[in-house]
Amino acid sequence: MNFEQLLFYFFSTVLVAAAVMVITIRNPVKAALFLVLTFFTAACLWILLEAEFLAIALVLVYVGAVMVLFLFVVMMLDVNLVRLREGFAEYLPIGGIVAVLLVLEMAIILGPQRFGLGNFPEPAGHAADYSNTRELGRVLYTAYVYPFEIAAVILLVAIIAAIALALRRRKDSKYQDPRKQIRVEPAERLRIVKMPTEKRG
Amino acid sequence: MTYPIPNLLPALPEIWVLGMACVILIVDLYAKPHRLVAYLLCQGTLVGAALLTLTGWSTGTETTFNNTFVHDRLSDLLKLTFYLIMFCVFAYSREYIRERGMYRAEYFVLGLFGLVGMMVMASANHLLTLYLGLELLSLCLYAMVAFQRDSSQATEAAMKYFVLGAVSSGMLLYGMSILYGLTGSLEIGVIKQTIAGAGSENVALTFGLVFIVVAIAFKFGIVPFHMWVPDVYHGAPTSVTVYVGTAPKVAAFALVMRLLVGGLEDLAVSWREMLVILSVLSMGLGNIVAIAQTNIKRMLAYSSVSHMGFFLLGVINATPNGYGSALFYVIVYAVMSLGAFGMVILLSRTGFEAERLDDFKGLNQRSPWYAMIMLLLMFSMAGVPPTVGFYAKLLVIQSVIQANMIWLAVIAVLFAVIGAYYYLRIVRLMYFEDAEDQSPIIAGTDMRVLLGINGLALLLIIPWVGVVIDLCGKAIQGLS
Repeated sequence: MNFEQLLFYFFSTVLVAAAVMVITIRNPVKAALFLVLTFFTAACLWILLEAEFLAIALVLVYVGAVMVLFLFVVMMLDVNLVRLREGFAEYLPIGGIVAVLLVLEMAIILGPQRFGLGNFPEPAGHAADYSNTRELGRVLYTAYVYPFEIAAVILLVAIIAAIALALRRRKDSKYQDPRKQIRVEPAERLRIVKMPTEKRG
Repeated sequence: MTYPIPNLLPALPEIWVLGMACVILIVDLYAKPHRLVAYLLCQGTLVGAALLTLTGWSTGTETTFNNTFVHDRLSDLLKLTFYLIMFCVFAYSREYIRERGMYRAEYFVLGLFGLVGMMVMASANHLLTLYLGLELLSLCLYAMVAFQRDSSQATEAAMKYFVLGAVSSGMLLYGMSILYGLTGSLEIGVIKQTIAGAGSENVALTFGLVFIVVAIAFKFGIVPFHMWVPDVYHGAPTSVTVYVGTAPKVAAFALVMRLLVGGLEDLAVSWREMLVILSVLSMGLGNIVAIAQTNIKRMLAYSSVSHMGFFLLGVINATPNGYGSALFYVIVYAVMSLGAFGMVILLSRTGFEAERLDDFKGLNQRSPWYAMIMLLLMFSMAGVPPTVGFYAKLLVIQSVIQANMIWLAVIAVLFAVIGAYYYLRIVRLMYFEDAEDQSPIIAGTDMRVLLGINGLALLLIIPWVGVVIDLCGKAIQGLS
């Protein structure tokens, strides 16, 4: 076993262990942190695959942005742990049987005889000046331009949907309209009341 | 390194609809007081797209965007069906959403983006485009189901739809990833070539296939993956139900044709067995549970489950003839379901949803014309001759008999008879009961005209039904 394999097995073990912790641990904040660990080890595996750009993107986007947002949401929501666990024991037997069966099937069918190293030739290593990022950009805007555009449309839809569903203009909200404030006329603010002068008594 | 600019012409309808959706979004900012603008632009977009598709009507198979996009007769026919259905969906929705404070341009824009997703699916030649099209459609549907923000029922329906939809998308992706691992390509044509000859002996391929079939069954709402259908149909605003229950079913047919038939036809022996089980379960459970429903939207949801079981009968044959009958069935179903939900919208008004079966009581006294339209719709759904629903059922059952599965045909006919009970119950309520509610039926002119055409079409198309069936057959033949 060379060093690279050792690293692979190390990261894989951490990845699977962290993924299991995400779904079994009680505290949602800790679960989110374990998810961060899962993403991070996945990124390490990608670096072993020489997909440096994707690995860094995973760390920046998921670990850096998405999970932080996620943690905020988890902390702000008062998640009721008791209700979350309701029915857990009830569904455990059937869920467990299905899960075990699936894992067994996967182990039998997707084992080394089909996805083993012997079935796939080792990819040729790249030269030192090979740029992952440039290569990715090249195929994204040429071969995969159509899927790329559709993905962009999906993001646009997400924005529109989020705004349409969440933006509420409350009628009774007390906000200041700067435009109105600036264009205000003295007459609107100041009322001059004519009063007869009174004589000193 | 140079790269040839892809031929954009075949994708012109998609580009047009997408562009117009963005235009409507911007125009709406300046045209807020004129409420009709977004609606009219939207309908104009659909008419324009139909003209573009008709002028570009394909004679052969043409791919572009580096083989991720295919333009053939099937995609053209499916797209025309989408435009037609969406035109009616928007027309039926207009008054309904205005009365319920949902009349915002985003409603129409999301609808159009969903249409783009369906068009992408119809023209997909690559697992990536197929998946992205499906996600685009699903995201728009989730958002539209939740559009009535103050209704807790709609929010719950959207939540269920979203979670289950996400699970099914995960299934589809997992199946696709196994296919990719085994064949080394995401392009559907290449996958077909790679697995040619491997057949059903390859267990890993079958393993991947199972996930794909499950995901497709989820999207169609086929038993045992139908749990979301009644809740979503019931919880969503009816104007959205009419969308969810029609065009996406036709789009899911594209999923079947591109994935199961286009890519994995060599595994037909395996997926036929799976589909037979799903089909029998759907027809059985859908028809029997529908009898117990008192809410018409739930009843129509279970009816959709059973109709999708019938639709699968056409696919089970695994011949071009069978696919042709399945395509005809799904289009006819979409038109029928469009009309049926249209009637529910028609009878509803501000602050009142005509959701109970009892709301149809004595419709004949209130309006003999709409009672007749509903009668036609129900007869067609039950498959009573001489409506077009009868031809649809006849064709799929014929295709099963051709495949030498007489027992399946017998089961299908039995369940069709059971199903006739709850369709005819509505007819009885309309004609032989007294109306509880005498309020006049009010609707916009566009809706009244379209709904009339929608109902009558099921009867009046009969002299030309051969032409439509022929069109479906030709679209399928263009595939191979």
